[in-house]
Amino acid sequence: MWNNYLFAESVDDALSQLASFAGQARLIAGGTDLVLQSQRGQCPSTTMIDVTHIPGLNQIQMQDGYVLIGATVTHAQIASSPQIQSQATLLAQACGQVGGPQIRNVATLVGNVVNALPAADGAVALFALNAETQVASLDDHSQVHYTWMPIAEMYENVGVCTIDPCVQMVTAIRFKPLPPSAGSDFQRLARRRALVLPILNVGTVVELREGKIADARIAIGPVAPTPFRATRAEQALIGQPATEEALNRAAQLAMADARPRSSLLRGSQEYRTAMVEVLVRRALNNAVRMAKKEAQ
Amino acid sequence: MKIDFVLNGKPVSVEVAADDMLGYVLRDKLEVTGVKIGCGEGECGACTVIIDGKATVSCIYPAAKVAGRTVTTIEGLRSNGQIHVIQQAFIDSFASQCGYCTPGLILAAKALLDENPTPTRDEIMAGISGNLCRCTGYYQIIDAIELAAQRLKEGAR
Repeated sequence: MWNNYLFAESVDDALSQLASFAGQARLIAGGTDLVLQSQRGQCPSTTMIDVTHIPGLNQIQMQDGYVLIGATVTHAQIASSPQIQSQATLLAQACGQVGGPQIRNVATLVGNVVNALPAADGAVALFALNAETQVASLDDHSQVHYTWMPIAEMYENVGVCTIDPCVQMVTAIRFKPLPPSAGSDFQRLARRRALVLPILNVGTVVELREGKIADARIAIGPVAPTPFRATRAEQALIGQPATEEALNRAAQLAMADARPRSSLLRGSQEYRTAMVEVLVRRALNNAVRMAKKEAQ
Repeated sequence: MKIDFVLNGKPVSVEVAADDMLGYVLRDKLEVTGVKIGCGEGECGACTVIIDGKATVSCIYPAAKVAGRTVTTIEGLRSNGQIHVIQQAFIDSFASQCGYCTPGLILAAKALLDENPTPTRDEIMAGISGNLCRCTGYYQIIDAIELAAQRLKEGAR
């Protein structure tokens, strides 16, 4: 494992410390994934730089019309936030189902994204929210430089994030709050209701305007190397009235496009493929129900 | 590295390795053996401690992180020679069999009741969903936490 554990006092400090260790150091927040990876020899870093003492990163706030979630905000904070519960319901649902309470009290959503697993509940919800991540890097003059990246561009492969965690830092996640005319839902299938990996998870957002679906987003994990958007199903819904028939057809399209693999941990390909349709249908129906309720 | 923190109400200072996990430091260096290591991977909840009011699994929690913070283990629940209301409720409800998960469950229950003194049965189940028990089937544990909430409400100590 590592032989050096340091604390960063600011984003600037974190990036400078990373630079000074020239690829040998990594940032750590809750550590619930990183500790296990390190124990299994899957994380070669010899220095850990803890970011949880950096002021200002532990907040959920509104900024420039976006909901902004700081780098050290935990799953428990998100699940219990009235703002997230009302403006991004599926994200509160997703974060409330990760691990157990003890894990959610320390595990951060940003860590979940940097860890880049296609099954990550929070990340699947973020895909349906069209979220963006803020990436901090040092430029040639050692000045901190921030850029916003669409969430999908953060994912390279299973467990591989496109940012370099030995050089860069994800400082926040943001997304537009869902309008009152939209509903959302998160469905998770697992062997037990806590402390288990999902067999499948689905996040949906449906916006209704004048009785028709104005926007539809369907995110599914883990059915591909990264969280997956069922775009053909989404397109089939947009412009249609939210009838049972339309939702069923979208669920079938999502099933046709998702390609879950057989997995000893998660179940056979046949079972998981069949369940994609079931979960997408449920999640779409719940999102539509919520959108209708909000409209009244 | 040396870390200072408050353990069960008393300041402690202990030398730890950079990659020591809190659960092992508590057991092996501070002899607080009420902390049980089950899976060692954050999956079973047996090693649960309360850090600044939040239940946390100590087996995958870097010890370096607790510097300056407050940690409560099962040993810290006794006051004035008396066991805690939740502990007594576990005894009275037959909520412990082999006992290995019991300290973690009692601490999860304490963190829950400190935040929500009148939980519903569903809220109790959610509150202890991070703790595995292979003996009881959980019902006696849920009963015990309900009983503890009732007794705490009545002001019993």
